[in-house]
Amino acid sequence: MTELSFPLAILAELTHRCPLQCPYCSNPLALEASSAELSTEAWQGVIEEAAELGALQIHFSGGEPTARRDLEALVSSAAAAGLYSNLITAGVLLSKERLAALAEAGLDHVQLSFQDSEAAGCDRIGGYKGGFEKKLDCARWVNEIGLPLTLNMVVHRQNLENLEEMLALAERFSARRVEIAHVQYYGWAYLNRAALMPTREQLEQATETVEAARERLKGIMVIDYVVPDYYARRPKSCMGGWGRQFLNISPAGKVLPCHAAESITNLTFDRVGEMSLRDIWENSSAFKAYRGTDWMPEPCRSCERKEIDWGGCRCQAFALTGDAGNVDPACAKSPEHEAMQALATAESAKAQRDFTYRTRKAGEEQAAKLSAPLV
Amino acid sequence: MSERITITEASVPGLPIGVKLRFDKQRDQWVILAPERLFVLDDVALEIVKRCDGKASVADIVSELAEAYAAPRDVILKDVGALLQDLADKRILAA
Repeated sequence: MTELSFPLAILAELTHRCPLQCPYCSNPLALEASSAELSTEAWQGVIEEAAELGALQIHFSGGEPTARRDLEALVSSAAAAGLYSNLITAGVLLSKERLAALAEAGLDHVQLSFQDSEAAGCDRIGGYKGGFEKKLDCARWVNEIGLPLTLNMVVHRQNLENLEEMLALAERFSARRVEIAHVQYYGWAYLNRAALMPTREQLEQATETVEAARERLKGIMVIDYVVPDYYARRPKSCMGGWGRQFLNISPAGKVLPCHAAESITNLTFDRVGEMSLRDIWENSSAFKAYRGTDWMPEPCRSCERKEIDWGGCRCQAFALTGDAGNVDPACAKSPEHEAMQALATAESAKAQRDFTYRTRKAGEEQAAKLSAPLV
Repeated sequence: MSERITITEASVPGLPIGVKLRFDKQRDQWVILAPERLFVLDDVALEIVKRCDGKASVADIVSELAEAYAAPRDVILKDVGALLQDLADKRILAA
């Protein structure tokens, strides 16, 4: 019997609308329409329920969460419910006045994304001309208003050469924290993998750069570093375990164990409004499917790390093997591990630079013809 | 650009904006909430952190704890200093 814990954090994906078109977007390929989005009142209900259920933090994300005009009201509800609120934004739709209003409503923290350390790369990767300059403005305003700032940089083959400059950019804005996250390959990133996959040499260089910067910036800036598991030997503890600490709510109210869970096509998800959040957390078939350790196959079941990494990532197991209940191929004990590493090595050597950008139309087309698993 | 904080007896520690001390009633524990992070406090850490109000100096906090727990001041100073330096290095303490 698995002991049921309470979710620590919820990711509220308020909308799938976004002015950027990043080719590694964490949203599903099939983007939800704005007409399907939850109302302000429905989100406020979710926020209260999440706090009752034990959540301590809420991440307002998207798409671009600032595309919702009611964001101030939702931040205010989160503050009233005692939730620590984090805004995950691309920054290009914000004005200083709006940021001040969000701070006034009780926003605790801003996480601002940069797609590269300079304008040409940032605007090309994000598919949004002029974005870089707007992001610089946004970072400055966050500082002027006095909100704590994290810069988020997703890194891959086409921007890793600028890693030092990305860290310098974060330092320049006195960010307390910077997140250097290698692309995780689900959904859009899976589709664009051949254009994004770093070489092993790039990865090793990046890791060295981060370690040196951590030493140099100790006590000045915290660097969180997410490695790409295609080159790993042990899987990541994805979401801290399926249905253990985290839940994600889609713009239309689907409750997911992680933001990529819809890529596992045989799962069905319950919606807020139809059931209580507590009922979904405790009883939804999607949450129960891979919660705890009972579902695990060998070699996970008898592995001494089974309650450390919780079997790694279900979405990755599904994408690469066709069954989310298989061993995550990122683990060296997986029979598909070598094939996964060979795939990464081969794709990292490609000259491909063009992306399939994240648009609703491209997503619909691609969702209909998902690539076959590796084995 | 920021600079690393070095905690001394004269430092006046407090929680910066964006860092909150909260009781987590569902799990019956005290936590510090910070950007995308959460730190569970044990009893000793809680006694120290709840005195970090931006008014009391480290020397004040140490004296108070030494008296409250009838413990040698130098021992308390070492523990308090180490904890606060660690929190400062994690960027969740201002001083």
